[in-house]
Amino acid sequence: MTDLTNLTVAQIRDGHRAGDFSAVEVAEAFSANVAGAKALNAFIVETPEHALAAAKQADADRAAGTLKPLSGVPIGMKDLFATNGVQTTAASHMLEGFVPRYESTVSQKLWDAGAGMLGKLNLDQFAMGSSNETSYFGNVISPWRRKDGGNAALAPGGSSGGSSSAIAARLCPAATGTDTGGSIRQPAAFTGISGIKPTYGRCSRWGIVAFASSLDQAGPMARDVRDCAIMLENMAGFDPKDATSLDLPVPDWEAALSSDLKGKTVGIPKEYRLEGIDPDIDAMWEAGIAMLKDAGAEVVEISLPHTKYALPAYYIIAPAEASSNLARYDGVRYGLRDLPDGAGLQDMYAATRADGFGPEVKRRIMIGTYVLSAGFYDAYYTQAQKVRTLISRDFTAAFESCDVILAPTAPSAAFGLGEKTADPLAMYLNDVFAVPASLAGLPAMSVPAALNREGLPLGLQIIGRAFDEQGVLNAGLAIEERAGFTARVEKWW
Amino acid sequence: MAIDQATVRKIASLARIAISDAEAAAMEGELNGILGWVEQLGEVDVTGVEPMTAVIPNKLRLRDDVIDADPLTGGNRRDDILANAPAPQHGFFGVPKVIE
Repeated sequence: MTDLTNLTVAQIRDGHRAGDFSAVEVAEAFSANVAGAKALNAFIVETPEHALAAAKQADADRAAGTLKPLSGVPIGMKDLFATNGVQTTAASHMLEGFVPRYESTVSQKLWDAGAGMLGKLNLDQFAMGSSNETSYFGNVISPWRRKDGGNAALAPGGSSGGSSSAIAARLCPAATGTDTGGSIRQPAAFTGISGIKPTYGRCSRWGIVAFASSLDQAGPMARDVRDCAIMLENMAGFDPKDATSLDLPVPDWEAALSSDLKGKTVGIPKEYRLEGIDPDIDAMWEAGIAMLKDAGAEVVEISLPHTKYALPAYYIIAPAEASSNLARYDGVRYGLRDLPDGAGLQDMYAATRADGFGPEVKRRIMIGTYVLSAGFYDAYYTQAQKVRTLISRDFTAAFESCDVILAPTAPSAAFGLGEKTADPLAMYLNDVFAVPASLAGLPAMSVPAALNREGLPLGLQIIGRAFDEQGVLNAGLAIEERAGFTARVEKWW
Repeated sequence: MAIDQATVRKIASLARIAISDAEAAAMEGELNGILGWVEQLGEVDVTGVEPMTAVIPNKLRLRDDVIDADPLTGGNRRDDILANAPAPQHGFFGVPKVIE
């Protein structure tokens, strides 16, 4: 019998519909994989009972002829989404033991579509990190290893590192992610899977633990482009509870998938050609250009002149918003309280926040507090928001001569755990290619495109016009069909 | 502009995060590294450029002016709201004494 955990979302959906297997069999197979993969530390909480209940419902719905779009599909939920009755921590000590009495809009949509939950996935604390090394609940380990015979533990990327590791290790066929400055795309690239950050506002932020609200956007991670389209259709949609939610219909992205790019123009941003970049990354990019030409697209060079200022602008804007958003953790209403003997209210706030936040979270809150403080606001924050306007204009101008933009997702393959933790700046630079699209709110996805000389996956990024997820998915599909990326990890855990 | 340890302690106080002298010393270097790096934004000519306020143009909405338009976020959910409070008392949030 085929191993059900090797199936994609589309294959599970279609196979279940056709009666090839039951949803209960699928849920049990994935739950067994989850239970057997503690060494990866991808899950903070496992919920096999949730997956099983949804599976029983899916089997009943099949008998009754009332199947839903994701009936029979169990997924992983990043532990940044509030789940009713299931601990939601944002991988922080601050929210350890927090059990929401409500459900995030995105997760509710997925359950309404028939999906089941295998568990809550580990991540960087409050989604702040690029390697999943800032979680209070320990590092997530990538299932990938270098082919040098060593067993060095590699980063699964971040912040959605539990999601990427779990999908690559076949613990779930798909998962939710969130992307503030690359947190879906970079982990997808590091683990040889696909992930899409839709246009800002496509997915409701209601019930997602807030990091930087003008940048935060939910999106799916899965093994291929079709699965990303299926998942996104069931996550997106207008939500009156989110003031920045887009009041637009959700397109039939899956039905409109087409890898024929005749008549399309692909832009190659010259500013993304960094000096001294890994030759394997450059070779993959060149190969990607050839693939899109083969799919019928015309390729042109474009310019995004303010690219080098995107990361520094991001590291003002995101911490500024974070310092404001995370002011809510005060030890009064929910979460941790640390009340030293004889302490007053102010001392309780300070002790609670010192104890409840990890070092990277404190660092970002401090930076954000500083750049928003009297006397420095204009020099840092206002300047960064003006630069953000210029970065957004760069993209608008570029899209006058192209339909999508092709670039690497990250400047390197997965690095080893501990290799970049000593220097916060070195870690930040890993998001150099991901952050510009975040600042401009544009849809962008990563698809696996090649293995490097160490045998590790590399991802190509496609950036599209606002609202043109279809164009991004279609270019991603054209690469997927031509890259023939079939490499997968040998189970060692 | 470089910040010193006194400034680090001032920021920590504004952010309501207790820090030790050793943490303040470590953070001085880290924050100066990050702030020194972001200062390159000063090179950019932003003459006549408006700061971004909305990344995707969107109009602000008002909800219907009715009580409990959304039962989930409306009123009468005291027990749910207090369910995760660290020290609820008599149906309220408990805090240390703030007035002598």
